[in-house]
Amino acid sequence: MTLAIWLQSILDGLVIGATVSLGAIGITLTYAILRFANFAHGEFITWGGYFALAVLGAVAGSQDLKALLGGPFEPFSFGWPLIVATLASILAASALALILDAIYFRRLRRAKIAIASVIGAFGAALVLRNLVVLGYGADPEYFSREIQIAIRFGPGLRITPDQIALVFVTALLVVSLHLFLTRTQMGRAMRGVRENPDLASVSGIDVAAVIRATWVIGASLAAVAGVLIGLTIQLRPSIGFDLLLPLFAAAVLGGIGSIYGAVLGGLVIGVSESLAVMLIGPEYRAAISFGVLFLILLVRPQGILGARA
Amino acid sequence: MIDVAAYLVFFLCLALIYGLVCLGLNLQWGFAGLFNVGVVGFFIVGAYTVAILASPAAADRVGGFGLPIPLALLAAMAAAGLVAFVVGIPTLRLREDYLAIATFGIAVTIQLVALNWETLTGGTHGRVSIPRPLASVFVDRVNANLFFLAVTLAVVGTADWALERMVRSPWGRVLRAIREDETAAGALGKNAFAYRLQAFVIGSALMGLGGGLYASFIGYVGADDALPTLTFQIWVMLIVGGSGNNKGALIGAVSVWGLWSFSGWFMAAVLPSAFAVRAGALQVILIGLVLATVLLLRPKGLVGEEAVVSRGARVE
Repeated sequence: MTLAIWLQSILDGLVIGATVSLGAIGITLTYAILRFANFAHGEFITWGGYFALAVLGAVAGSQDLKALLGGPFEPFSFGWPLIVATLASILAASALALILDAIYFRRLRRAKIAIASVIGAFGAALVLRNLVVLGYGADPEYFSREIQIAIRFGPGLRITPDQIALVFVTALLVVSLHLFLTRTQMGRAMRGVRENPDLASVSGIDVAAVIRATWVIGASLAAVAGVLIGLTIQLRPSIGFDLLLPLFAAAVLGGIGSIYGAVLGGLVIGVSESLAVMLIGPEYRAAISFGVLFLILLVRPQGILGARA
Repeated sequence: MIDVAAYLVFFLCLALIYGLVCLGLNLQWGFAGLFNVGVVGFFIVGAYTVAILASPAAADRVGGFGLPIPLALLAAMAAAGLVAFVVGIPTLRLREDYLAIATFGIAVTIQLVALNWETLTGGTHGRVSIPRPLASVFVDRVNANLFFLAVTLAVVGTADWALERMVRSPWGRVLRAIREDETAAGALGKNAFAYRLQAFVIGSALMGLGGGLYASFIGYVGADDALPTLTFQIWVMLIVGGSGNNKGALIGAVSVWGLWSFSGWFMAAVLPSAFAVRAGALQVILIGLVLATVLLLRPKGLVGEEAVVSRGARVE
C-alpha cells in the first residue's frame, strides 16, 4: 500500500474526528459540571441534524424563501438555507436541552443519587431516538443528493469542499469556546463550578445559570455536529446513539473536564477508526473506540490532559 | 381458554428468564452499587455459549458439540463471568460512571462480534437448532413449554434462594457497607475492589445463565438479540420493581415484561403492518416514560429496598 492511501485514511479520520470532538466537548462539560455521564447527549446530535432537515424541507417547499435565500455557494453543496437551518437547529437543540433539564434532569439531580441521572439519561436517549423514528422512519435522509467532486492535492489526496468547511467550522467553534471560557464572566464561573461547586456557590456564582449555560453549549455543539454529519454523510435516527461510545472514549481519552482533551480525543478516535478500517476492515469500526477506552482506563484513567483526581 | 393458558406459560418462561437477569443486575446495582449498562452483552455471551456447546454440529459453523443443556448452562455462566472479570479489572477501581461507560462499550463490541463473526455466531442468520432440556421426552408443544417453565422456576428459585443467603451473609453486609461508604469499609480493612469484582462477576454470570436459558427456550439466537434495548428493559424492570430487593426484581420483571408484551400485541392489533417500525418505536417510548415516571415519583420502585439483616438478628 502506498503512502498516499495511508495519508488519505488519516485525513478522513481527522474529518470524522472533528465531529466526534464537537460531541465530546458536550460530554466532558456535562460530566465535569453536572457530574454525570450523559447517555442522552448523542440524541442532541441526532435531533440537531433532523431539526436542520426540517428547516431545509420548509425552505425547499416555499418559493419565496427559496428566492430569498438563493442557491449554494460554489464549490460547496450548501448555501444560506443550510446556515439558517443550522442556526435554527442550535436554538431548537438548546431549547430541548433546557426543557429536558427543567422537567427531568433537575429533579433527578435533586434525588442525590448520581446514578439516577445516568439511567434516566439512558432512558431519555432511547425515548428521544424513537421519537425521531416515529416522525421520520428509520431510513436514511440526505440534505442534498448531489455527489460532490473532491479536490485533489498533495500526493494524490482528496477532500471535498464540504469536508473543508466542516473542519473550518469545528476549529472556529473550538476557538470561540476557548475565548468564551477564558475571557467572559460566565466562562470563568463555569470553570469555577467545575473545580469546586460548593466554593463557587458561596462565592456568589449563580450555579443555576452555569448549569443552563452548560446545557446550551453542549446541545449547540452537538446540533452543529449533527448538521455536519448530515452534510457530509447522511442522517439516520441512530447516528447519535452510534456515536455515543466514540464520544465517551474521546472524553475519557482526553481527560474528563478538559475541552482540548475532548478535541484531541475526538481526533485520535477518528484517525484510529479510519486506520482500523484499513487494517481490519469496516465491520469492527465501532469496537475501536472501546479498545482505546479500555487501554486508557487501564494505563492512564485520568486521560491524556486530565489532572489526577 | 387453552390458548390463553398456553400463552401464559410461554410468557412466564420469558418473564422469569428476564427475572433471572434482573436478579443478576440487582446483585450488582442493588447491593453493590455497580452500574452495568451492558447487561445485554453478558446475556448474549451466555446465549451463544449454549448455542455453540449444545446444538448439533452444522457445516461452516464453529462448535455444535451437542453437550447436555445443564453443562452448557454452567459454561454460559462461566463465559459471562469471565467477560465481567476482564472488564471489571480496569474499571472497578474508578468512579462508578466509568464502569457504566466501559460496560456500554463491551456490549456494543459484543454486538459487533455477534453481527460479524459468522463462523462463531451465524451473523444476522444467527444460530439455530438449540435444543431444550429433555427435548426427546417432552415433544408436544404445550407439555414442552410447561416442562421448560418448571425448569426455569427451579433455576430462578435456586438463584433467588442463593442470593438471599449471600446478601444476608457477612459477605453481603460488607458489600452494602462498601456501597454506602467505601472509606469507612476500607478503614475496617475490607478490600472494596475485590468485593466489587466478586459481585460484578457473579451478577454477570447470572445474566449469562439467563441468556443461556433464553437460547435454549427459543431455540435460536441471533444478532438481533444483542440490541441495547434489552439492557434498558432489564433496568426498567429493576427500577420499577425496586432495586436492593430480590422479590422486587422478579415482580418488576414480570410486570414490565407484561406491559411490553401487551403493548406490542395491542399495537400490532390496532396499527396496520406498514407501521411496524413506528409501533416498535412507540413501545420503547412507552417503557421509557414508565421509567421516567417511576424515577421521578417513586424512586424506590414498587417494593423498595428491604431491610436486610443477618439470620438471627431482628429488625425493630
